[in-house]
Parts: sequence; structure tokens; C-alpha cells
Amino acid sequence: MNGSFWRMWGWPIVLGVLTTSGLLAALLSEGWGDIWSWFGLGVPVAIMGWHSSARTGRKEAEPGA
Amino acid sequence: MALTVRAVRTWSWLHKWSSLVCTVFMLLLCLTGLPLIFHHEIGHLTGTEVEAPPMPEGTPHVSADRMMATARARYPDRVVQFASQDDENSAIWFFTMTPTPDPTEDFRSVAVDARTGEVLAEPRFNEGFMWVMLKLHVDLFAGLTGKLFLGFMGLLLLVAIVSGVVLYAPFMRKLDFGAVRRDRSPRIKWLDLHNLLGVVTLTWAFVVGATGMINTWADLMIKYWQFDQLSHLLAPYKGQPTVPAAERASLQKSYEVALAQVPGNKLAFVAFPGTAFSSPHHVTFFLKGDTPITSKLPRPVLVDARTAQVTAAPELPWYLTALLVSQPLHFGDYAGMPMKILWALLDIATIVVLGSGLYLWLRRRQPQTLLKEAGVTLAEEGAA
Repeated sequence: MNGSFWRMWGWPIVLGVLTTSGLLAALLSEGWGDIWSWFGLGVPVAIMGWHSSARTGRKEAEPGA
Repeated sequence: MALTVRAVRTWSWLHKWSSLVCTVFMLLLCLTGLPLIFHHEIGHLTGTEVEAPPMPEGTPHVSADRMMATARARYPDRVVQFASQDDENSAIWFFTMTPTPDPTEDFRSVAVDARTGEVLAEPRFNEGFMWVMLKLHVDLFAGLTGKLFLGFMGLLLLVAIVSGVVLYAPFMRKLDFGAVRRDRSPRIKWLDLHNLLGVVTLTWAFVVGATGMINTWADLMIKYWQFDQLSHLLAPYKGQPTVPAAERASLQKSYEVALAQVPGNKLAFVAFPGTAFSSPHHVTFFLKGDTPITSKLPRPVLVDARTAQVTAAPELPWYLTALLVSQPLHFGDYAGMPMKILWALLDIATIVVLGSGLYLWLRRRQPQTLLKEAGVTLAEEGAA
């Protein structure tokens, strides 16, 4: 149960925490806060891009095809 | 701990209807919001942004009264509703000229150079492509009714997001995070993309949706603030009409008195007597600090319009603090260009989530239900 919970929700939680910290960091501090916000929002965007790009999709599909 | 058939049905119903009702409006908000993220840059490129000619550092500024006189000479039949300093260049002052002090769409802006007291430009903020985008985004050209309607659509979006998270579990039970099954039907591919983009943009979309909804209540909050906090300050003025322009004290003197009240702060904007952000008897200066937080939380200083004496500098109430903090979180304008680009990409991802959701609904029963085709296993009734 624990394993399956983390398997499903691990990534969404990590990305949610990253996004939240990014949104808040830039509100609270300029300089480092801004840089952290680019990272906090950039990682989720990059992960979205990676998984939805056709190249990685094809690789995953091969074994089942 | 799989969801029961009944639970999935209930959450699906909630997800379906909350999304269906708001999707068209959310698509409109995402599309009109996209150029608005870059309104500053677009203004610079199209030349609608006011620029001041370079002058030596420390060139003295003329008095605020002289700048206001310049603006009024342009529109002798109008009143000054607000004045503000440009965010980036304090040598540029904007004066908003309207027929009466009441809120209106009929306004003219005069940009004055603080070093010469001459008119720099008369930017037309209320026309053109960006104005149409802004109006569609903020109130659908329908004033407060339009705002509150869009706020309700925002609330439905939040319901759709929460119910979407609940439904993520049964659909993803057998899949790894981020799996997109491209070897199956287009419907399954779009379902997987909908789940992937939906769960990744979740926090951002929730924050932007919630802060957008809070922004639709801004007018009401300001009205409540006047009633809640200003009414007792105004008791001594009871029965007096709005102070006429001719009987007002010097703007420059009032400005200096206000600045002295909150040392270290600088001007965000001035609201003149009788306008939505002031009282009939005060010139209200909104002053901001220079830390990331205090620069977003202007402090009002009410200066008696006749005597140029400070009446009060009330702390902002919690609901206006919440409103002002929610604004940057909605606009994405508080961490430079990289944040704006990420904001735009997240906005585009949200458009894909909305579009794919609509597609999945249109293709909901061909030839079998989506639940079946996606291989969702549900617990028997009562087994969960």
C-alpha cells in the first residue's frame, strides 16, 4: 500500500512542492528567490515536455507493440 | 484501496459538469491571458509604452502641482481621478482624467515628464488589441457582473481540478508516472496526456485560478474597506460635499506630508477626493516600500484635501493584503522574463488540458466507455 501510494503520488507531490516553493520564493526574496522560482517552475515544465514528446513515448511503447 | 463504482461515478459527474460549464470561458481566459503576460514587452515593441528622454542623473523634478496643471490644461472639462508614477522610471507621472470622480471606462491618460513639467505622451490605454484582450480577460465587457461571472467560472475550475486529482488515481493505478500510451487509440493517448499535463500543472493552475477568482472581488473589497475602515475616520466630515478642486491644498505639500508619514516609502499612486480609492474629503497617497513584500502592499495615507494635514495612515486590512498578494501570483510578473516564459508555457499546457478534456467528453462512448478502454479497475460496492 505504501509502495503503491508513493509510486502513484511521489512525482505529483514532488512537482507540487517544487511549484509552490517557486511561487513563494520569488514573492519573498529578490535575487535567489527569483532564481529558485525559475527552477521550481522550470522542472515541472521540463518534465511535462519530456514525457509528452513523441520520442520518449515511442521508446516506452516498444515492448508492448 | 480502489474507489468504489459509486465514488468514481460521483467524482466523474462532478469533474464532467464543473469542467464542461467553465471550459469555454477558461479557454478564453487562457488565450487572452497569454498576450497579457507580456503586456509590458508588447507595449515597448509597439511603441505604446511611454519613454522619457534621458537627462543627467539627479535632474530636479518640478512640483506635483505643476505636473497636474499640465494635465488639466489638456482636459479642462475633466477632473483628475488618479495620478501615479511609472514603475520603472519615477520621472514619468500619469494623470487619469475623467468626466466625474466616479469609476468609468471613459478616461484619458496624460503622461507628464517630472523634470520639465511638459506632456510626454497621451497613451490610450482604453483601445487597441491589448485593451480588448484585457477586457475579455477581466470582465467580458460587462463590468462588475462580468467579473463576478468569471469569478464563478474560476470556482468551477477549482472544483474541476480537485475532482480531477481524485480521478487521477483509478486511471493511473497500473501506469508509471508520465506514461503516454501512443500504441493504443487516440483517445487513450489523449487521456494519458490529459492526466500527465493535468497533474503537473495542478498546483500552478490552482494558484492562478484561485488568485484570479479573488481578483474578481477587488471592487467589492475596496467598497467594503471604505465602509469598514474609512467611515469612522470620516465622521467629522459628515454632511460635507466632495472638496472642489479650487479649494484643495497644494498637491506637492500633501505629497511631502504623506511621504514624511511613512519614511523610506515611495509613491505607488494618488487617489483624489471622491474617487473609488479615496474619500470625498481626502487626497489618498498609496505608498510602497522597497522589499519584495512591502513593494506589493501599498500603505494608504489619507491627507485632508483642504488643510494638507494627515488624517490617518491605516494598516491595510487582511482582505486587501490577501488581494494585493494574490495579484502577482496571478500575473506571473514578479521574477523577470524567465518566469513570464514559464507562465506562458504553463498557460499553453493548461489549454491542452482543457482541449483534451473536451475531446475526451465528445468521444466518450465510442465504441466502449473510456473507463473500460483505459482498463480502470474499480472496487465492488462497499469493498473499499
